Amino acid sequence: MSGGADHADTIPVRVVAIEEVTPQIRRFTLEPIAGGELPAFSGGSHIIVVMRGAQRVYRNPYSLMSSPHDLGNYQISVLRVDPSRGGSAFMHEQVRVGSEIEIAHPVNLFSLAKLARKHLLLAGGIGITPFMAQLHDLRAGNVPYELHYATRSPEYGAYCELLSGNEPTAVSLYHDSNKHFIDIEGLLGDQPLGTHVYVCGPAGMITRVLDTAHALGWPDSHVHYEKFAAPPTGDAFDATLLRSGIDVHVQPDQSLLEAIEAAGVDAPYLCRGGVCGFCRTEVVEVDGELIHNDHFLSDQEKASGKVIMPCVSRARCTKLVLDL
Amino acid sequence: MNVAFKQDQVYRGDYTFRNSPAAIRRFPLPFPEDRYMYSVNIEPHVPGPVGSVIEFPIDCDEHYVEECRERAIVIKNDPLRIQALPHMMSAQWDTLELGMQSLAQSYPDKFSLTRNGREWHWINRPLGLDQKFVFGEPKSLPYEPLEYITRQLQGDWVIMDQRDNDLWVEGGMVTGPADWSMDFDMGMSFKEWHGPVPLGHEMGVFDRALKFLLNLRLNEPIRRYNWTMTVNANLDSSPHNYPEWGPDRTTVTIENVAQKLHLRTELQGLWRLPRSNGIVFMVRTYMLSLGDVASIPKWARRVHRVLRDLHPALVDYKGLTRHRPIAVKWLSQFDDGSPTTPGIAPE
Repeated sequence: MSGGADHADTIPVRVVAIEEVTPQIRRFTLEPIAGGELPAFSGGSHIIVVMRGAQRVYRNPYSLMSSPHDLGNYQISVLRVDPSRGGSAFMHEQVRVGSEIEIAHPVNLFSLAKLARKHLLLAGGIGITPFMAQLHDLRAGNVPYELHYATRSPEYGAYCELLSGNEPTAVSLYHDSNKHFIDIEGLLGDQPLGTHVYVCGPAGMITRVLDTAHALGWPDSHVHYEKFAAPPTGDAFDATLLRSGIDVHVQPDQSLLEAIEAAGVDAPYLCRGGVCGFCRTEVVEVDGELIHNDHFLSDQEKASGKVIMPCVSRARCTKLVLDL
Repeated sequence: MNVAFKQDQVYRGDYTFRNSPAAIRRFPLPFPEDRYMYSVNIEPHVPGPVGSVIEFPIDCDEHYVEECRERAIVIKNDPLRIQALPHMMSAQWDTLELGMQSLAQSYPDKFSLTRNGREWHWINRPLGLDQKFVFGEPKSLPYEPLEYITRQLQGDWVIMDQRDNDLWVEGGMVTGPADWSMDFDMGMSFKEWHGPVPLGHEMGVFDRALKFLLNLRLNEPIRRYNWTMTVNANLDSSPHNYPEWGPDRTTVTIENVAQKLHLRTELQGLWRLPRSNGIVFMVRTYMLSLGDVASIPKWARRVHRVLRDLHPALVDYKGLTRHRPIAVKWLSQFDDGSPTTPGIAPE
């Protein structure tokens, strides 16, 4: 099945509020244009926001941060990435209160484990957003949880006040500017059996948590992470779509998936962040190097040169033939 | 669709189950061609032709009231047919919402759902139920939400949790299975659950199906068909009561095969559930006697050919070993060797 987020399954929404949360982060409140409620979702879900720019259509994933129990609106936070490929700049510069945009139905690739005896949530920067929604469920439940939330400085700490007000005991805040860092080794080394750890934040933080958990003997099933890699930029390259019989040119600031879509080919996708594996595509031929930026393919698969995830990965070559 | 409910037929004892001429023509024949082998035959569960079993997401047909009554009888005799582990409560509510919303939208003359925040009002006219309750508040319903809604739905319903890149069978209402048991399968992973199925594992069917289902999306349900055969219209062909129906398998003769032997199609639907991020699996069973199959010439030829040429491993797995030769012999009188048109339409 194809994943056309701009087909019948998108939901038209109106931006009803925009708040400047930090110098780089804006929170958008979205209401359904048709009225009524938006689809129910579980904490940790993201939506794809379809942005129709003058030159190009952007589709970026953003975690839902509003309460799963209040479906009158959705809230997302958008970090302005510098330099922006266009999506986050579009949200910051082009989208105003009253703007109408489209979103796809929520997808959850980062859900809370229902059998956990304890939840340990580790957030860095904008990585706080999926936890904001999950906290609504955690507060209502009776499973112990802790949130450790690190930001560059208090000024960059989106939602610190909101969190410390609602979560006096379960939340710990850390600011790099105070030389106050999350003690990942200490935390992961001292948890009761049955604890699940979740991390969302910068790549370095995720890697450290995963490596530490692994070294300490945590089972993989109890370690969860979510990183939406914005599609990395790179050199332009060309790709031939074998079954469609067309060639596409991928601009430096465009993803392979976006170039395929721009050529009118309905390629499958789900997360657009290199996580879910849905857009996995067979590479028929490549005369150079594939630049894998996903978190899905195994090292073996990446080394094989036979598959690629077009949502985030690129190529350095003169010839790339895809089974699409 | 104007559904006239038959109140008097039963799935046990005298087996007075019958299909009306309209029900025969809408029967979902599980063979789009003259041969059958497993495949990942998954398609989007989008609305099909008017009057077909896939016109609406959840079909309500002329057997509705009787099937609900049969379910109540089975649960009374064996309460373990409905189970759900504690962490599946949100999936239970998701399933209740799906069932009520779907029936009320598809059959507004029979069902109505009024939602005011968490205050819900449900009316089921065929069963004479009028229930106000608080969504998310188990005590506001006479049963837990899964049991409450599935007592009012046809077909079996299984809820699965998704974790560790797998799907786990952790709740369900199963009163009309084709020889499998909810109680036995509780807690199993996707592949454990499908362990007994021959050939599919070697073909990689379950690897691909699982991978596909893990990415199943909200608002994009899927469906597939499966089939077997049942002696008498015995909806509850479960291992629990094998002593009651197993011996029936020895009673099929060339004289009674047209009435006794039923082709049994499962319309299987899968929906991603919104609050729990689980998946609900519907197994909706349709039965058609071989005599009724033969009333449609194309189907008679096709079913004859499928049964005649069926892979031996599937013959055994589907429990057809004993009476397949009788069915093939009886159906052969309708097969003049002429071709069949593609697809399942009666012609």
